[in-house]
Amino acid sequence: MTNIQQISVFVENETGKLAELTKLIAGAGIDLRSLSLADTRDFGILRIIVNKPEETCTLLSENGWTYKVTPVIGVKVPDRPGGVAEILAALSEAGVNVEYMYAFVNRTPGEADTIFRVDDAETALSALAGSGIAVLSAEEAYDI
Amino acid sequence: MAKYWNESIECMALDDMKALQSERLVKQVRHVYENVPYYRNLMEEKGITPDDIRSVDDLHKLPFLSKADLREAYPYGLLAVPLSDCVRIHSTSGTTGKRVVAFYTQNDVDLWEDCCARAITAAGGDKDDVCQVAYGYGLFTGGAGLHGGSHKVGCLTLPMSSGNTERQIQFMRDLGATILCCTPSYAAYLGESLHDMGLTPDDIKLKAGIFGAEPWTEEMRRSIEKSLGIKAYDIFGLTETSGPGVAFECAEQTGMHINEDNFIPEIIDPETGEVLPEGAVGELVFTSITKEAFPLLRYRTRDLCKLTRGKCSCGRTLIKMCKPMGRSDDMMIIRGVNVFPSQIETVLIEQGYSPNYLIEVDRKNNSDTLDISVEMNADQFSDKMKDIQDKEKQLAGAIKTMLGINPKVHLVSPKSITRSEGKAVRVIDKRKLHD
Repeated sequence: MTNIQQISVFVENETGKLAELTKLIAGAGIDLRSLSLADTRDFGILRIIVNKPEETCTLLSENGWTYKVTPVIGVKVPDRPGGVAEILAALSEAGVNVEYMYAFVNRTPGEADTIFRVDDAETALSALAGSGIAVLSAEEAYDI
Repeated sequence: MAKYWNESIECMALDDMKALQSERLVKQVRHVYENVPYYRNLMEEKGITPDDIRSVDDLHKLPFLSKADLREAYPYGLLAVPLSDCVRIHSTSGTTGKRVVAFYTQNDVDLWEDCCARAITAAGGDKDDVCQVAYGYGLFTGGAGLHGGSHKVGCLTLPMSSGNTERQIQFMRDLGATILCCTPSYAAYLGESLHDMGLTPDDIKLKAGIFGAEPWTEEMRRSIEKSLGIKAYDIFGLTETSGPGVAFECAEQTGMHINEDNFIPEIIDPETGEVLPEGAVGELVFTSITKEAFPLLRYRTRDLCKLTRGKCSCGRTLIKMCKPMGRSDDMMIIRGVNVFPSQIETVLIEQGYSPNYLIEVDRKNNSDTLDISVEMNADQFSDKMKDIQDKEKQLAGAIKTMLGINPKVHLVSPKSITRSEGKAVRVIDKRKLHD
């Protein structure tokens, strides 16, 4: 299982909402591995990768947050010029559309891991494998 | 189980009904003329006396009463009996201005409760039923009317009043309520709460609901029926004539039978006051022909409506009114267009959204703005910003098709819009703050 489960949470654009959400997650001892916030004037979508996705979902449900679980791909991007370009080229050749992407914090020097949300995860994974590009396993993403 | 509460009236032949109405009208006009100087003046201004009213065919000669008259005559100006003969008052919520206070003699209360008993019977109720009355009790007529009707029918009556949702559901389960009476928005909320508590319609015994006192759509009816596992019946009434039970729905669910032995309906052109033929849409006008204390003649309800007379599958011959299509009090004029909240609600439900919404109207740079917040469910949420924005645009487009004006739609979290336990607050018109 190479897909990483990303949890996207609907956050209304009100002062303190984001703080309330992150405090809830922290309070349950859940580690935020990575996050990205997309926002408009009215609302934001907080996308997170956590070490305990199932527990997080239960916690969010119990506390009335609206969320969605989406499979995303973590790619080990070589930290050199053209690193991201190679990946995007491989995906584009395979006809995979990238919806959004964001950087993933890791501790391996020389590697800048990135989360990709694509329209077709299966095709993306085989295209990356075919181009010799390493991907992050779910375990690596949750536990590194 | 009895099919009718009062078969001879509810299934009366048209000619007999007309004769009964005529007899009562003639008597009522004389009663009002002799006891209500306010209305006598209106009649004198039109140059008519009680002698001019010989049957229902002369009804159109009488002057109208409007809400403005009720305000002007507040509190005793339209009272037709000595105060010592009155046993109760009820009052409107006063949301559209000064409160209206209506008076009742014991006979008025009895006839009103009789109308409500007809409604409960039409919804399949009898003495073996447990009737949970979750309309507000107090000045509001909802609680008192259905409570009285439920007593008449002989149901075990649960006088819950509105609010305290957990207790409502607990009593509903523990005491096996079979009929629920409340506002449709509260029924929808109870259905939602039931599901939130992990319960299904199989956990309760409800079979029917009698819902009224605020506008609701056919889509909302289906959604309530599903969430509570019941058949939902509409009921209509207004404090000015008595309260709920002026008209009620039968199992056919194609309009409400008017208790026309007590209330004669007319549809008029709201501009000219001219009486319109059956089937035409116009303003609904009622004449109370049995009320003693507060007998309003030709009272303009401001409800836009349509009347149809025809044989109903339930066997009743009482004329039917459609669900009011809007109310001039609720009507907003936005960028010159008449907008009713019910139109927006219809679109929301058609598009698969919840009927929990809030309309905010404002004026910015001398132009009206229309913002609609709508709750989305977890399935409608997406991790992709574009999906949500597309949904907002699509919904705004559907509303524009209905109204002809472009709203701004905001999708918000489930349960973020305040729920109402009485009449729902759907509209905030901030323009009034500027005027």
